[in-house]
Amino acid sequence: MTTVANFAIDYRQYLNEHGEVNTKLPDFANNSDTLIQNYQDMVLTRTFDLKAVTLQRTGKLGTFPPILGQEALSVGIGSSMQKDDVLVPSYRDHGAQFQRGVSMQEVLLYWGGDERGSNFASANAKDDLPISVPIASQYLHAAGIAKAFQYRQQKRVAVTFCGDGGTSEGDFYEAINLAGTWKLPVVFIVSNNQWAISVPRDIQSGCETLAQKAIAAGFTGVQVDGNDIIAVREASLNALEHARNGNGPALIEAITYRLGDHTTADDAKRYRSREETNAAWQREPIARLKSYLVNIGVWNEEQEKNLQTQCAAKVEKAVKAFLDMPKPNVTEIFDSLYAQLPEALIEQREEAISEASS
Amino acid sequence: MQAIQYREAIREAMVEEMRRDERVFLMGEEVAQYNGAYKVSQGMLDEFGPRRVVDSPISETGFSGLGVGAAMYGLRPIIEFMSWSFCLVAADQIINNAPKMLYMSGGQFGCPAVFRGNNGAGGQLGSTHSWCVESMFSSVPGLKLAVPSTPRDAKGLLKTAIRDDDPVFFLESERMLGLGARGGKDFSRYLKDTWAPPTPKQDEDFTIPFGVADIKKPGNDVTIVAAGRPVHFALDAAEALGKEGIDCEVIDPRTYRPLDIDTIVKSVRKTNYCVVVDQSWPFASVGSEIAAQVYEHAMDDLDNKVIRINNDDVPAPYNRTLEQEMLPNTKKIIDTVRAVTYNA
Repeated sequence: MTTVANFAIDYRQYLNEHGEVNTKLPDFANNSDTLIQNYQDMVLTRTFDLKAVTLQRTGKLGTFPPILGQEALSVGIGSSMQKDDVLVPSYRDHGAQFQRGVSMQEVLLYWGGDERGSNFASANAKDDLPISVPIASQYLHAAGIAKAFQYRQQKRVAVTFCGDGGTSEGDFYEAINLAGTWKLPVVFIVSNNQWAISVPRDIQSGCETLAQKAIAAGFTGVQVDGNDIIAVREASLNALEHARNGNGPALIEAITYRLGDHTTADDAKRYRSREETNAAWQREPIARLKSYLVNIGVWNEEQEKNLQTQCAAKVEKAVKAFLDMPKPNVTEIFDSLYAQLPEALIEQREEAISEASS
Repeated sequence: MQAIQYREAIREAMVEEMRRDERVFLMGEEVAQYNGAYKVSQGMLDEFGPRRVVDSPISETGFSGLGVGAAMYGLRPIIEFMSWSFCLVAADQIINNAPKMLYMSGGQFGCPAVFRGNNGAGGQLGSTHSWCVESMFSSVPGLKLAVPSTPRDAKGLLKTAIRDDDPVFFLESERMLGLGARGGKDFSRYLKDTWAPPTPKQDEDFTIPFGVADIKKPGNDVTIVAAGRPVHFALDAAEALGKEGIDCEVIDPRTYRPLDIDTIVKSVRKTNYCVVVDQSWPFASVGSEIAAQVYEHAMDDLDNKVIRINNDDVPAPYNRTLEQEMLPNTKKIIDTVRAVTYNA
């Protein structure tokens, strides 16, 4: 017998769960300003997230998927992208969206059932796709955008997310297969947060790692500690550079844990133990990075207190803007359906206007 | 007048639009190196190269979804399904994503993609390969759907489809791809001067707008509505019925979305009788929709009920005789028109 191919999956972690460095840091991580910025962004993301859940509980927001526990992954990927790259998010990626310039008000509008929240004002995020709620269908859209970059010979990269459950979908496999076949400039992120609603990782797939699925599609997959922002950013920067230089796609499986419910319509206590969640809290990303920053002497409790106050104020401001937003006009039901409204719908549109005003 | 096959008319439309617009590209199974499973894209790889004529893996969900992403990002993909029967594995991408992108992005990202391929029974292909998708897909808001019946309509409508800013489902027919090889002999005499498109020399920018029905044969006694392949059955029926003194008007809507109901209603007001031929299944079909709209607009003008001719309500049989029996055909139309006009 001859071995015709050999594969291995690398795992990276720089900061362990206590915030201790266990291997030589990549260069960017020696700049404490960068890490402080990441830390502040992660705290803001969490402040927003907790507030959004409260808004839903008090009837001011629709169903909302908390990102609690995945802030390092989301902020880490978003902050390593370049301006003219394109983010193709799933529904639990608002940390990355904020890095791209999407506003908190826009994300609240979206989850409040207002399509205006997908019309991003920021020039940086203008080309980013809206949140995608179906599972893994956005992987193909990212591949298509990458195809457009390749077609136009642009050095841009599409970055997309799905969860551990998403890797079981046909769209996931067809997307990575096409991207590998055509060497498309796309980076696939798998947010492996261990739970697809109530379905645990171990009955999602027989694979030891989800990263190895990339091997079958002909490109590299790596696994990182998704709660270690240094590991996330290093893998992301490498993957983006690889794709930007025409070397094809890459896949990053980020090991993390969904500390909250799947959405506000879910109650995770019904299917997972308190012991498991408590253990996961010991590995969460924000306390870990804070501990590291405090230990190296670049962060203190006074700064922390100021940061918490600032984040709360920013979130309150966004919430107020969201709640003060005038209701959408009834004609919006029709106006974005076709590039030009067909004749058969003109009458329906007029009826809707007169019903709304009567 | 040129001798041009239906498949060549489709190719001419694609080639002309690809020359005209750098954003347009063709993607699908076997479209490039093999020149298309049905030779529709013959020679296109030679002219445009592999960047713009793209052989895809056997992956309908994959290339449909990728096409949606590319279209949202400003390209204009033409996505070929070898058969519309094969689009069903890609249903989420083509009906749950493509037609909703503009809507769900608050008007930011349109999806100017054309999905095209063979629709309907190809001749003993069995039930899984003989889908007619117009009834299923016409009920989806946000898309447009064309069913051309002649080389002229195929070319003019496909050029419009490629230029359209919304997703278009373009339904061809394996049974019609060769029509036109023998010139006018392949068509009813009623299409004598209208089955072929103008040559590029005669009209270099020939297009046919969506939502404009074509009166394939004018008449006064009964309105027959048919699109796609059944148009030819309707014209043959009209010829036979003409000999009995029944003067049929054959109306081809050409696009079901948008639907030109005005032309149909105008005809029914004149003839007072209406038969709708539709090659999909009867329950909740496009034929039913047309019948319902005729009732809504012209109930008082009808001298008898509207009758629909559809596939029998069974999967397409593999057996040749049974398949013929299951589909709409000329004899069924003749019998139905006779029955519906008995009180004329």
